[in-house]
Amino acid sequence: MTTHQGDGPVLSIRDLAVALPAGADRRYAVEGVSFDVGPGEIVCVVGESGSGKSVTAFSVMGLLAKGELHAERGQILLEGEDVLKATPERLRDLRGTRMAMIFQEPATALNPVMTIGDQIDEVLQIHTKLSPAERREKVIAIMEAMHLPDPQALYDRYPHQLSGGQRQRVMIAAAMVLDPVILIADEPTTALDVTTQAQILQLIKEMQERRRTGVLFITHDFGVVAEIADKVVVMRYGKVVEQGPAAEIFANPKVAYTRMLIASVPSLEPPTRTAASGEVAVRTRDLVKGYGGKSWLGRATQPSVLAAKDVNLVVRRGETLGVVGESGSGKSTVARCIVRLVDPTSGAIEIAGVDIAGLSTRALTPYRRRVQMVFQDPYRSLNPRRTVGASVMEGPMNFGLPREEALARARRLMSLVGLSPDALDRYPHQFSGGQRQRIAIARALAMEPDVLIADEAVSALDVSVQKQVLELLDQVKREFDLALLFITHDLRVAAQICDRIAVMRRGEVVEEGPTRELFLDPKHEYTRTLLAAAPGRHLGPAVAAE
Amino acid sequence: MPLLVLQRLVSTIPVLLVVAVIVFLMLRISGDPAAILAGDTATSAQIEAVRQAFGFDRPIWEQFLGWIVQVLQGDLGESLFTGLPVTTLIAQRIEPTLMLALTTIVFSVLVAVPLGVLAAWRSGTWIDRAVMVFAVLGFSVPVFVLGYGFMYVFSIELRLLPVQGYTSPFVDPVAFAQGIILPTLTLSCIYIALIARITRASVLETLNEDYIRTARAKGQVERTVLFRHALRNAAVPIVTVIGLGVALLIGGVVVTESVFNIPGLGRLVVDAITRRDYPIIQGLILFFALIYVVLNLIIDLAYTLLDPRIRY
Amino acid sequence: MTAVVDKTAEGAIPPGDEPTPAPAAPASHLAGTLRRYPLAAFAALVLALIAFGAVFAPLVGTTDPTALNPAARLQGASATHWLGTDHLGRDVWSRLVYGARVSVVVGLAVAALAVVVGLVIGLFTGFIRWLDPIVMRVMDGLMAIPGILLAIALVSVSGASIVTVIAAIVVPEVPRVVRLVRSVVLSVREEPYVEAAVSVGTPLPKLLWRHVLPNCVPPLIVQATYVAASAMLTEAILSFLGAGTPPIVPSWGNMVAEGRLLFQIAPMNLLYPGIALAITILAVNILGDALRDRLDPKLAKRVGQR
Repeated sequence: MTTHQGDGPVLSIRDLAVALPAGADRRYAVEGVSFDVGPGEIVCVVGESGSGKSVTAFSVMGLLAKGELHAERGQILLEGEDVLKATPERLRDLRGTRMAMIFQEPATALNPVMTIGDQIDEVLQIHTKLSPAERREKVIAIMEAMHLPDPQALYDRYPHQLSGGQRQRVMIAAAMVLDPVILIADEPTTALDVTTQAQILQLIKEMQERRRTGVLFITHDFGVVAEIADKVVVMRYGKVVEQGPAAEIFANPKVAYTRMLIASVPSLEPPTRTAASGEVAVRTRDLVKGYGGKSWLGRATQPSVLAAKDVNLVVRRGETLGVVGESGSGKSTVARCIVRLVDPTSGAIEIAGVDIAGLSTRALTPYRRRVQMVFQDPYRSLNPRRTVGASVMEGPMNFGLPREEALARARRLMSLVGLSPDALDRYPHQFSGGQRQRIAIARALAMEPDVLIADEAVSALDVSVQKQVLELLDQVKREFDLALLFITHDLRVAAQICDRIAVMRRGEVVEEGPTRELFLDPKHEYTRTLLAAAPGRHLGPAVAAE
Repeated sequence: MPLLVLQRLVSTIPVLLVVAVIVFLMLRISGDPAAILAGDTATSAQIEAVRQAFGFDRPIWEQFLGWIVQVLQGDLGESLFTGLPVTTLIAQRIEPTLMLALTTIVFSVLVAVPLGVLAAWRSGTWIDRAVMVFAVLGFSVPVFVLGYGFMYVFSIELRLLPVQGYTSPFVDPVAFAQGIILPTLTLSCIYIALIARITRASVLETLNEDYIRTARAKGQVERTVLFRHALRNAAVPIVTVIGLGVALLIGGVVVTESVFNIPGLGRLVVDAITRRDYPIIQGLILFFALIYVVLNLIIDLAYTLLDPRIRY
Repeated sequence: MTAVVDKTAEGAIPPGDEPTPAPAAPASHLAGTLRRYPLAAFAALVLALIAFGAVFAPLVGTTDPTALNPAARLQGASATHWLGTDHLGRDVWSRLVYGARVSVVVGLAVAALAVVVGLVIGLFTGFIRWLDPIVMRVMDGLMAIPGILLAIALVSVSGASIVTVIAAIVVPEVPRVVRLVRSVVLSVREEPYVEAAVSVGTPLPKLLWRHVLPNCVPPLIVQATYVAASAMLTEAILSFLGAGTPPIVPSWGNMVAEGRLLFQIAPMNLLYPGIALAITILAVNILGDALRDRLDPKLAKRVGQR
């Protein structure tokens, strides 16, 4: 395949409008969208959920859901050819050859019952007349170019046998094997751990530099934008609010919305904090949680996996301890052990000086009140069939509080978390994700706990909402002198809210210390890797102030 | 690997044990088994004689153990009516049932899977609706109504096919083919409905998967997307239902053989009911359950071929 | 952001910070279902007519369904005998109407019993860990025996009466309900809102009642219709095979069994009850499918089969 000749844009979107089906809350998913992607240029389209950034990407590939969305106006010029006017056959010819796409979830974007090699080979089978031997050679070559280890062996593996990062490399290999002029990447690193994300971003940059591929990169993460973008397009409610060279957008954002988005990204530089001196509210001693083991009737006793290994944590009242780690680090397991949603295998969990690790359900009840949790997914943590009031009052009433008093407490808490007291009579679906997370906080506070555990409590929220919920958490911690255990994968968030941080990897705490010290002078190799991998390291209010 | 297969095999033992207990207890739940076996007109002395002869005076667990040992030796007891061993009767009658089951499974799968894929591919169109209407009909029309309906149209009105009976393919292949058409059609309807439905549902589900979008993004043509990517991934639930549906098939065989006067295992059961020949009923239930469990075990093991993520 | 765009274009991006569309209130389920699915509305009408005929059988142009009249055997349709007479001179229309009673009673009774028994076993099995493997092995064993054979055997040892027929059909249906309830319980148990309820100290009975049971109701309503359809079918098959309700009872299965003898001479005497049976079961199944589409789109997947 020939690479793009000349310096004109490889992709040019002109006044694109994509109509939503009748009855939607607005007429267009995107409207009046125009921008160019030049050869060897990385254009980041950035926006929050519902901004229409993904719809724009899918329009280019002609992959909009049939019958639900269709491009009504405008042009999408791929090397001068309008793909909106292309026949289905022509569109199929262009996909994989001139334009290619990678997706958010490499785990589901690969066919689980086909080998890696066959899935890359499929592109060659569709678009070339090469012999099987030539095809195999080409597949191995592209796998090598993607830095996939031992391509010959990997060729016959299945997707589930690869790591998340390797799967995304396979996706990129299949996309790049015929050297398209443009690569469309739809949130390609959102589902990946931060260290893997850094490697994939590096790889995409390499493609752009070596092969002069134009990249249309869809993301919600301004950190990633700062890391790789040449040009930035900011979208909101289906419209482009601002676009320009990356340096300009970051140095001098013209639109208030862009400024707000950039300012909402928490800085990686932790503020100075004084050490908390309150009494110890929760302490774990050599906490171990293993999975696997015996099964019914003679099945193999699987080697048990340790999700948490000798974890020792202390949280004082009035203090926020961050537990930071990538997926599989065991950070959530520790949280769930402390709330006793799972039973620890061994070790102690001391609440107010009493070990609750081995208590029976009945004996545990009085201590349940003292430790409360806010869950990650605001859409599933409230029973959709019960009113908000019923959910908030359930706990206190379980502990014998009369209905009137529980109601009075619930009303006070609603105001505290910034919601109107008549919210109690409504159902969860009538609230937004951020509001639901406020309700979940109110439900936890209704128990008058000593310890509040937030398990990735802001991860599912857009940055602007995230900031408000973090402020609320910090506020209630101070107001009620809570011990806050904050579980997160996000170093930026941890930097801003935590007094101390424990870094976990593969079930073990590798380093623990005051936040500022840990960030400025990380002792453990892994902590340094994590910090180095955070995208757009210098982004944030600290930089914006310069 | 063989060790793991062995373990999987061992795990079916509790299931078979439960079946054995149920079959064994069946004769006990209604009261005195001796009285049932001795028949309606038996005197109390005759009942007592039966009790002694069959060992019903021993403790129940002892009787169960004795019976289990017998069964494990391949002895399912003797017919009360003819005195022949149940195993011998099964051997005599198995051919027509096996033939009917085979033609039905092959025919059903060949018809149902393409129908289901078609319906999923064209979901929401009249083709989809037609397939679904057929599926609901297949579930709803009783087997004997279908059987007699077909018989009325093809044999009595049009005189195209023989009314009833069975000819072995080893004796006269043409007569076999003519005779097996209507029973196969009759028995297939519910099975086709079942398989077409699950095929449509699971293909429809895989069509929403991300890797389908990936395949389209590669420029793949729809036909290949449908068969290579979607159907291949939908195979596990489809094969599972084909296996589970065998229970339905066995029930249907009993009725179909009665309708078309086919001297197979189904007829053996029905004749045993009318004669209250309990050892035959017991033996056949055990036999059918064994077939069902073994078949589903084989299907379970075959999953590894269909989906590389499944390992035993 | 609408749900449509959410699913197709935005992939797994966290949903926007806006309320999601409201699910339909439970009370409006039935009415709403009938409006949206005209075929289901028609099926409901047919079922209502059948139920009406069954309840008010003496009032819809019938005579005594068991009255013999050897002089008027195998007559065609006439003003006195709307659908003719059978080989013993009994009025076919009357037998057909009275026969509906058996099917309706069996369908309703089996559905109710199987759902209640299955619900209780399933709820406890899903929540009490040591109980689960034991109960599930028993259920696997029950499911390994083809339902019709199990029912035949149960009826043949305990004697033919409508009560034993109902009991014999309930037994093979229970495992399917147990599996359904258990699968709902197992998935609901993992829901964060159930975990949240546990962590605010909600005791097990309240947990089951408030948070788990409501999730079982929609799939159970759907399953109940399928069980009813399958029960009517099994009842007819049992009678057809001579192992069902006593031959004296005018049931559709018995009419088919009697019609077999003279099928080549008077096919309609077999086909009338057969068609009545098919229409009834078809209507129940159509209603069940519409309810499933409306209440629980994932049900088909969860149970694998019906």
